[in-house]
Amino acid sequence: MTSETVGSSVPGAAGGGEQRPGTIDAVPVRHPGRWVAVAVLAVLAVMLVNLMVNNDAFQWSFVRQAMIQSPVIRGLLLGTLLVTAVAMLIAVALGVTLAVMRLSDNPVLAGSAFVFIWFFRAIPRYVLLFMMGTLGILWPGGLPIGAPLGHQIASLFGGSGDLAFTTIDANQLFSGIFCGMLGLGLSEAAYMAEIARAGILSVDPGQREAASALGMSNARAMRRVVLPQAMRVIVPPTGNETIAMVKDTSLLLAVPVTSELFYQLQSIGSRTFHTFPVAVAAVIWYLIICSVLMVIQSRIEGYFGRGFGSRLTPADQGTRARMLGLAGGGPR
Amino acid sequence: MSDKPLVHAVNVHKAFGPTIVLKGVDLDVVAGEVVCLLGPSGSGKTTFLRCINQLETIQGGRIWIDGELAGYEEKDGRLHRLHEKRIAAQRREIGMVFQRFNLFPHMTALENVMEAPVQVRGRSKAEAEKRGLELLERVGLSDRCDYYPAQLSGGQQQRVAIARALAMDPKLMLFDEPTSALDPELVGDVLKVMRELAQAGMTMIVVTHEMGFAREVADRVVFMDDGVVVEQGAPLDIINNPQHERTKSFLSRIRKENDENAAALEARAAAEKL
Repeated sequence: MTSETVGSSVPGAAGGGEQRPGTIDAVPVRHPGRWVAVAVLAVLAVMLVNLMVNNDAFQWSFVRQAMIQSPVIRGLLLGTLLVTAVAMLIAVALGVTLAVMRLSDNPVLAGSAFVFIWFFRAIPRYVLLFMMGTLGILWPGGLPIGAPLGHQIASLFGGSGDLAFTTIDANQLFSGIFCGMLGLGLSEAAYMAEIARAGILSVDPGQREAASALGMSNARAMRRVVLPQAMRVIVPPTGNETIAMVKDTSLLLAVPVTSELFYQLQSIGSRTFHTFPVAVAAVIWYLIICSVLMVIQSRIEGYFGRGFGSRLTPADQGTRARMLGLAGGGPR
Repeated sequence: MSDKPLVHAVNVHKAFGPTIVLKGVDLDVVAGEVVCLLGPSGSGKTTFLRCINQLETIQGGRIWIDGELAGYEEKDGRLHRLHEKRIAAQRREIGMVFQRFNLFPHMTALENVMEAPVQVRGRSKAEAEKRGLELLERVGLSDRCDYYPAQLSGGQQQRVAIARALAMDPKLMLFDEPTSALDPELVGDVLKVMRELAQAGMTMIVVTHEMGFAREVADRVVFMDDGVVVEQGAPLDIINNPQHERTKSFLSRIRKENDENAAALEARAAAEKL
């Protein structure tokens, strides 16, 4: 309660609020080192701004132009944002499923999940995307959709053909943006499976017992009781993975997909020979995307953290109060 | 119903790896009866309780709940293990209260109580909410419906847990040391709720160290040690006049602990008065 607010007197609070008996009025711990650090950082910041403003190599107007070229925006929306979103959707859905399978009593489920994770974790993403882009060569006549081993079965009975309802053009399937989403999604699912598994294992076994004792089936206990609590542990690393995925979309070139942010900026750079400004333009775009994702992540964390109380961290004291440790007296 | 016990356990055996925990336990509990299981830690009483609602699978013997064999089906002279979903259906008829409450931390008190009726019994949300509010009032927590478990004291959490189990309208309630994780001054509220439940005619099996509760509320006290039932009978007979040496030494040890706790509580109350 500060002296300025006395005029707008709140009944009951005005008189006694000023000096509650027993309120400690102590000198806080001093942090002079923090102010020294601020001074050093301030000098460095001024140097950086000076460099950015006065060095002509930045060509800010060119950077701005490059950032908003329509192929660049198209690459940003399709190749970067859409692929990130779809790949992460595939990865989270498949990853959680794989984690549940791996922890299942059913050895068939647990084994197949293990093989999937083993395969997709072992292959570098760039190599995986490159290989998926060439998979079309396996089915030059189109990918038959129908009975498994249809061709062999048909020839066994002396017939021909492949017992297929329809065929898909495999070259089209394994090219372009769809192939990129699938490749990145499958690869990421293997990592998400391990994250989800850690989350599920972090939930107290007593929770599952309580759900069982109430007559829930294992599947329902997992869905209603275990997974919602596991999410609290799963979400932070998932945010991390999403941010990593934004950056990994620049690997789409391996498929190849060219409608992608960095490739488009780079091609502007190689056409115009202004390579440094386009790099700056790419950095700015990635910074913007990641900043937005961080905000979304903290919202989601807040939702899944409900019921676990507000964890009081030093951040809750406010930066001002923590810095003022030098001046003393707290907020005045 | 009257001549057939609600719980009929015969020669129950259970081992965890090389450790044999239950070495042939027999117990019958009739409907409306309150049975307290006493015994030193490691005597197998908690394990036996968990076997009754199949949180543990038994290796020998049989348990019938209300005439239905738990966990198995007898066909053509052989036992067939039941599918997980049918075991879940059997557990619906049995409420369980855990030592560490095990409330769902991501749900409010009311949501905890509503969860199983809605998800398992398929009741409407409105119906489950009405019943949930009634039950929370019955355990004295109608003003705590929207609190998350972390915002409740241990005693309040345990009463929510009792309400949650009651919401399934069980035939039988199992209590696994329901007051052991509580501060001494919070024990009374939980025991009060359990006493009222017993008076309302609920069939209860209670693993406890609360001698006062066993003496006042139980119809029968069963003393277990080293994986077998050592003796059983009316509470006053067992507690005041135990026949077996093992029962005697256990009871005298418990009595000493209780006296110490009571003394500590009194000292604390006196200190607070000053």
